[in-house]
Amino acid sequence: MSVLEIKNLHVNVETEQGTREILRGVDLVINEGEIHAIMGPNGSGKSTLAYTIAGHPKYQVVEGEILLDGENVLEMSVDERARAGVFLAMQYPVEIPGVTVTNFLRTAKTAIDGEAPAIRGWIKDVRESMSNLKMDSAFAERNVNEGFSGGEKKRNEILQLELLKPKFAVLDETDSGLDVDALKIVSEGVNRAHANTGLGVLLITHYTRILRYIKPDFVHVFVAGRIAEQGGAELADRLEEEGYDRYQVAESAAEAVPAE
Amino acid sequence: MTSTAMPTAGQHGLVAHSDGAFVPVQTRSERFRSVNVEDFAPVSGREHEWKLSPVAAFADLTGGELDGSRLTIETTDVPGISFSYIPRDDARVGTAGTPEERASANAWSTFEEALLVSVTGEDEKIAVVTRTALGDTPRAAHTVIEAAPNSRGFVVLAGTGAARLSENVEILVGAGASLTVVSLQEWDDEAVHLSSQFARLGRDSFLKHIVVSLGGKVVRVNPSTHLAEQGADIEALGLYFADAGQHLEQQVYVHHDAPHTKSRVTYKGALQGAGARTVWIGDVLIGNAAVGTDSYEQNRNLVLTEGTRADSVPNLEIETGDIEGAGHASATGRFDDEQLFYLMARGIREDEARRLVVRGFLTDIVQKIGSADLEARLTAAIEAELEGR
Repeated sequence: MSVLEIKNLHVNVETEQGTREILRGVDLVINEGEIHAIMGPNGSGKSTLAYTIAGHPKYQVVEGEILLDGENVLEMSVDERARAGVFLAMQYPVEIPGVTVTNFLRTAKTAIDGEAPAIRGWIKDVRESMSNLKMDSAFAERNVNEGFSGGEKKRNEILQLELLKPKFAVLDETDSGLDVDALKIVSEGVNRAHANTGLGVLLITHYTRILRYIKPDFVHVFVAGRIAEQGGAELADRLEEEGYDRYQVAESAAEAVPAE
Repeated sequence: MTSTAMPTAGQHGLVAHSDGAFVPVQTRSERFRSVNVEDFAPVSGREHEWKLSPVAAFADLTGGELDGSRLTIETTDVPGISFSYIPRDDARVGTAGTPEERASANAWSTFEEALLVSVTGEDEKIAVVTRTALGDTPRAAHTVIEAAPNSRGFVVLAGTGAARLSENVEILVGAGASLTVVSLQEWDDEAVHLSSQFARLGRDSFLKHIVVSLGGKVVRVNPSTHLAEQGADIEALGLYFADAGQHLEQQVYVHHDAPHTKSRVTYKGALQGAGARTVWIGDVLIGNAAVGTDSYEQNRNLVLTEGTRADSVPNLEIETGDIEGAGHASATGRFDDEQLFYLMARGIREDEARRLVVRGFLTDIVQKIGSADLEARLTAAIEAELEGR
């Protein structure tokens, strides 16, 4: 059984104002097949956690570990992490001019599997996944994310999730900017991948809305770079009613205490 | 109605200052030109047409004696495209243009015979002229490509191996003809190639002119197109990839000189490695007679590493207000690390991710070439460039 472990993770970023400490000791264990929701206010470090797991060079790990089935993820390059089975669905997927979705998907699939997929089965899989996500077949010949609407970009991320079949997926605010129809379609895609492949999911979100469609096993509340509270799905219901205010009050009280 | 865009006799800059200060040439069509090298002063590198070029690297071509004998060429044999040599005094020589700088005039003054590439017949066909292993003797050459009225054809002028070559290429496109000319530079690392290419387009004719510069130490290909008659249409494309220490330059000039003429100029280049240098200057002149002109020029550069320099200078001159459209665009950008991250986050290795992005950037030019063989060959050549081969 696969497991993704995050231990005492501290992460800094360099800004024009100097070094900023974003993550301040995150501990998290995600087993195969589990769905963990990470919820928190803006600026709490949720996206930093997502990008650090994927290996974005902007984020410097100063302390702690990320292990995938015991292997040290932090020593892997971005592409090695993906090939090891970690997937990041991005909040703002970039455009790749001149590279078609078809070409991109095939190149990625070949890289992940170490060999080119058998043509016939692959074309059928792509078609089926696109149709499940209500993506027009003309999408395949468009350049990656070029001129895509917000909803189309997110569907394209989930299309990749379904086709690349990772062990663990980090979904970085996949729900943001989606209308309710698109939200349902995208959520169904995640649930399909979860059911079909035993995917472990780290669902990062600001709102509880997506949790109506994707049922989390665990909910973690992220405040100021660490997990402030965790529980089951019922914690999300409580957040829906109360918001994040009580955490921020506690946090600002803590901030007021001199660090040294 | 008289257009307000017309220059007037009293317009500032058109008359000499009272203190006698130098007044530069005001319009692209009035530059000094001559077929005689002695009419040009020795090149200093400060001249507007040379100021972005490494003139010391080819003083032999601008100022020295050139060997004007026939080049060693290989040609493909297809019906409807024939090759022959014509004397300097042939009526066709000089009908498409006249040198505007010294290297071009030096070649013109020296060449012994011109290679004539003659395209006839309405069926599609492709011929390749390869100049190869020209050695290190400074040479002059003159080529005339003539497409008969209503003919169709595709001519590739390729260069490989060593070269120190200054040449002029004249392209005569007859009425109703449709011609593609590809100037393909895949020279050795030490080669220097200066090429002035002059096209004259007849009524309702179409020319697709493509400059592909990949190999050579200094490659400067300057295509001028004279849209001389009504309905003439030019699509000028360029693709270049400069490695460390390479200078690749193109000064593109389109002269709209008749009603309802059209031009599209699109040049794209990539730069990689210390000292990789590219220059693109795009001049478009829409003359008084060119009512109904439709014109657009653009240049895009993709900077892959530190230590490179891309100059991009679009110029647009309009002498009549009665046109359909005229636009220009230029953008030079760095390789986008976020694109690299996105592709790598899908398991794609860094070198392959870079290849995808660069190929994607250049692909719209490659796809417009119109020859599957050549497109495949260029795609492979671009990948070889990326791998530093």
